[in-house]
Amino acid sequence: MKEFTVYGSGCCNCDNTKNLIRQEAERMGVPVEVKEVTDTAEIMAAGIMSTPGVALNGEIVHVGSVPTPAQVRAWLQG
Amino acid sequence: MFAIFTWLADAVTWQWLGLRPGSRFGEAVHFFVEDTTKIFTLLVVIVFAMGFLRALIAPEKVRELVAGKPRFVSYPLAVMLGSVTPFCSCSSVPLFIGFLEAGIPLGVTMAFLIASPMINEVAVVLLAAILGWKVAALYVAAGMTVGVLGGLLIEALRLEKWVEDYVWQIRMGKVALPKADTSWKGRFDFAKREVREIVGRIWKYVLAGIALGAILHGYVPAEWLAKQTAADNFLAVPLAALVGIPLYSSASGVIPVVESLLTKGVPVGTVLTLMMSVAAISLPEMIILRKVLKPQLIGAFAGILFVAFIVVGYLFNALFA
Repeated sequence: MKEFTVYGSGCCNCDNTKNLIRQEAERMGVPVEVKEVTDTAEIMAAGIMSTPGVALNGEIVHVGSVPTPAQVRAWLQG
Repeated sequence: MFAIFTWLADAVTWQWLGLRPGSRFGEAVHFFVEDTTKIFTLLVVIVFAMGFLRALIAPEKVRELVAGKPRFVSYPLAVMLGSVTPFCSCSSVPLFIGFLEAGIPLGVTMAFLIASPMINEVAVVLLAAILGWKVAALYVAAGMTVGVLGGLLIEALRLEKWVEDYVWQIRMGKVALPKADTSWKGRFDFAKREVREIVGRIWKYVLAGIALGAILHGYVPAEWLAKQTAADNFLAVPLAALVGIPLYSSASGVIPVVESLLTKGVPVGTVLTLMMSVAAISLPEMIILRKVLKPQLIGAFAGILFVAFIVVGYLFNALFA
């Protein structure tokens, strides 16, 4: 089980990020859990200033934009 | 270089559509066809090139560079970096908190937030390509002046008390941020995505701007407009600032309107005031910032920007009369 956390205030870029991860995971048949953190203080405490940010198993792997499908696939494979 | 777009618009408007040169409708259609083809071609080229060069700076880097610098460095640096730092408007809040948390003064932080939507690399290159480097340089100078002026005013008035209290409590974690993929393929993919993302976001504003520019171009008599907005009409500049505040468009979207107004003889300061005012503040952004700013500071922020737009408009009209 891969655990993703999407950090963002709930704007559409953050929703797109969550959906993208779920879609790609489903397509590849990888079980995932996608959590979201919308509380500003929590986002900042994670060290993220530009949203959306993505963490994989607790490690920040991406900040500042919706990741590309290729990036998401790489995370799912790795 | 852009003769091809004029030629194309000539062919479409006068030959295919059979409109008469000099007629109001014909001139408006010609403007629309020429600017749509020209501006969208330029947009794609510019956004792709910027993405490929990765000529952009992450907000995290800006925070690092600006923090701890004396005011005479941090203000100009913040507005300059604001112009090449793209961020989703919902990032405004964490960005704002992140800057304050790093000890960057409120005035400098606001200067960054003011300048960022007004001056961006795409709008500046577009402006330069269409209206020449001089107008582009003037716009950049005007935007930076407004950013610095606005920030300094907020600092002078000691408006920190109107920042929501919880903001000062937040402590930011430290984290090693992932590195960007700078291989040729990585750059190419990134640039392609930037085009899709940015053009996909702003095309509506650009098209609306071109339509408005075309109507102005075809239907509004130059003598009348020039007279109404002449530099000696002191109401023109405040009016331009006022009109622009409720209107929101990306800076690139205002360019066709600017083009049309300038060719009609509207003074450059007045046009710049309008452009800044349309690009700088938007209602959605204000609503987002409400999370960190008390209503008094939102009001002061809008008021200060309004004053700064007017000051800069008069200044540029006086300088370039």
